[in-house]
Amino acid sequence: MKLLKLVPDHTNLQFMRWRNVALVLSLIATVVSIGFTAYRGLNLGIDFVGGQVIRVEFQQPIKIDDLRAKVAQLGVGEASIQALGNDKTYQVRLPKPEGPAAASNQVVTKLRAALPQDYPGARVDAGESVSGKVSEELAQDSAMAIGLAMLGIAAYIWIRFEWQFGVGALLTLAHDIAMTLGFFAFTRLQVDLNVVAAFLTIVGYSLNDTVVIYDRIRENLRKYRKMAIVPLLDLSLNETLARTVVTSLTVLIALGVLMLIGPEVIFGLAIAIFLGVLIGTYSSIYISAPVLVWLGVQPDSFLKTGEKDEAEPQPV
Amino acid sequence: MLEFPRWKVWLIGIVIAVGVLLSIPSLIAGTPYASAWPKWLPQYKINLGLDLAGGSHLLLEADAQDALKQRLQAKEDEVATELRRDPRIDIGDISTAGGRLSFLVRDPTQVDAAVERLRRLSQPVALTGNRDWDVQVVDSTRIVLTPSPAGTAQALKDAMGVARDVVRRRIDPGGTKEITVVTEGGNRILVEVPGVENPEELKNLIGQTARLEFKLVDQSADPQQVQQGRAPPGSQVLPMADGTGSIAVKRRVMVSGDQLTAASQSFDSQTGQPNIEIKFNTAGARRFGRATQENVGKPFAIILDDKVLSAPNIEEPILGGNARISGSFTVQSAHDLAVSLASGKLPVKLNVIEERTVSAELGQDSIHKGAIASVVSVLLVMIFMLVTYGRFGVYANIALVVNAFLILGIMAMFNATLTLPGIAGFILTIGAAVDANVLINERIREEIRRGRRLLDAVETGYREAFHAIFDANVTHVISAAIMAYFGSGPVRGFAIVLLIGVVTSVFTAVYFTRMLVALWLRRARPRELHI
Repeated sequence: MKLLKLVPDHTNLQFMRWRNVALVLSLIATVVSIGFTAYRGLNLGIDFVGGQVIRVEFQQPIKIDDLRAKVAQLGVGEASIQALGNDKTYQVRLPKPEGPAAASNQVVTKLRAALPQDYPGARVDAGESVSGKVSEELAQDSAMAIGLAMLGIAAYIWIRFEWQFGVGALLTLAHDIAMTLGFFAFTRLQVDLNVVAAFLTIVGYSLNDTVVIYDRIRENLRKYRKMAIVPLLDLSLNETLARTVVTSLTVLIALGVLMLIGPEVIFGLAIAIFLGVLIGTYSSIYISAPVLVWLGVQPDSFLKTGEKDEAEPQPV
Repeated sequence: MLEFPRWKVWLIGIVIAVGVLLSIPSLIAGTPYASAWPKWLPQYKINLGLDLAGGSHLLLEADAQDALKQRLQAKEDEVATELRRDPRIDIGDISTAGGRLSFLVRDPTQVDAAVERLRRLSQPVALTGNRDWDVQVVDSTRIVLTPSPAGTAQALKDAMGVARDVVRRRIDPGGTKEITVVTEGGNRILVEVPGVENPEELKNLIGQTARLEFKLVDQSADPQQVQQGRAPPGSQVLPMADGTGSIAVKRRVMVSGDQLTAASQSFDSQTGQPNIEIKFNTAGARRFGRATQENVGKPFAIILDDKVLSAPNIEEPILGGNARISGSFTVQSAHDLAVSLASGKLPVKLNVIEERTVSAELGQDSIHKGAIASVVSVLLVMIFMLVTYGRFGVYANIALVVNAFLILGIMAMFNATLTLPGIAGFILTIGAAVDANVLINERIREEIRRGRRLLDAVETGYREAFHAIFDANVTHVISAAIMAYFGSGPVRGFAIVLLIGVVTSVFTAVYFTRMLVALWLRRARPRELHI
């Protein structure tokens, strides 16, 4: 059987030749992303701003304007109504009511009672209500978790490699997160708790490639002490290219399936990780590696750590 | 490379067999095969999160202000009871303003004795060296009791423990349902009830403090004054539950709902209205009997959560310890109140601050779609691995399937909860689990290209790839661990699947495939490697 080789043997692509162009492009993309996110804002779900959502499934397709009029009649505040996938499933979102937190669920209760009357067979599939206090905490915890994960991983890489690698990892992560945020700001996809889980996953997975490439760079730095840093990075990237492509593809296949035919409730999570893996693959080549050049990693950077080899995990 | 001791083969085999065995009950749950699973085999099952099983999630927060108020009120009763004992000390002008209890001692010579007796009432707070109440004398005849911060904190903690138990009893009087009621972060209670799709009923049950009190109506009060909210000393003005004005009642509690042994909904034999039958314990029955005996012909107020349900006249002494509470009840509200009364009063008022409900249909739909997506992605990844690495791809694929079983088996063993994001975590793990094999296989290809001999190339491939595999997986562990720590419900479910998946995938991809490869190399002795 002839095996599939997506990447031919002995590639010699000169990735680093384009590093400055890539840097400028990445910088522009990152700045635009952050600027756009700041300017337009994210479509934050009730998890982070409080409020109420119900998800209704109707027997027959209905018109969104009819539903909007019906909900408006209830006098429960300004509702935003959105179709979920088809014209039978809708999400009705309401702002958090004024007053004490205990009252915050009354609107959902009203809708629950009223909708099946107007639309026979309508079923309230899910209802959520989050008070301002809880949403504030969730937002804080989420931001803190993402920040801690980034720092934790950068610190680990600093310990396992050298400080330049830690900085490279941190910059790579910042880039990936900024780009994904920009994507969510651009598409207006709702950012909920699941998407935060996706961001944390991206923090773990976008670095997967980076770590593998760094590992090879370290190995080559020890092996070829006379080689200049730029050709050495190119060599390492080429050596790991086949693996980068194959692994990214398997993850993308799995996530693509989840995105296309998986439960729609976690579409946001799936697409965020899908995107994060794509961006992470790019950034592991064009951010993680060039950073080492700019931070002055030299073939002798690992000389002093030569004695520490015993401490590394050994395969059984 | 060829050396692979027999005991290691056995060990790996046993781990896999146990994993598969543990995962089966979860896989066949809900299918007709479930009953065919032998009783003597492990029965561990993965829990389904509410987003998959359907049900209600409520996060309740204690109203700390209310807790303090209730504690102050309880203290007032305690002090009054203590000082009425022989030798009696008369007190007056009782005030609970400013979160402190203060009162005048009528006979100045008794101040020291009162202070002495009240100090004896206060309790030391565990491990702090403080007492729960500070007793002070101001203006030589006024005694002020101030709750100490340590005492207040301890009281809130105790109250939360009691509240948790009360909530559990109210939702599940029979103690048979699989519900979760846990305290969280000091002043919160998390309630998860599978299968309940309309949380209103839950909230009605939890929403009532259900502090039931019987107090005498103060008939000396001027109705005019009462409507303006003013009551004579020793009395207080309380609103009627049905909204028909207010009534003045004596502060002193005749009997309280703490002394109930049972409560149930029934119907008034004359009017047919729903009411509630209560039964006091022995001490309560005695107290209730004595109080009614002493006050025949006078009205007494039945008070629930500081609202007067009704204020009937005492026709005759009620001695048996059985009583009926009437009010404007529906059958449902009478039933809910009976459940609440029987489960004891909540020591603190609870507010719902977060509520999430998923219907069983939506959950079922998510499971269905999630299962299909899982199977499709596993198949596609397997095909991809097969065409890319041939025989080594097959090994990676076997490892992948074993990995899926191990993840489920470990989750079942720890009784972990699978959530909807958890399914995403599962699929993601599938996609990423082969990464270790990709690393190893690519490394072997590389070593062969460099001209190493076959065995040497395989050996070096496994050894050199391990550094990268280790480091790459630690990054996953860090992010997943942080997620598990900070995340709430569903997100934590996702993180747990990722964490377990990382560990099992390293085991299957590195050790298990290495065994398969070693056994094959030893048996077939191939001259060249097709990879």
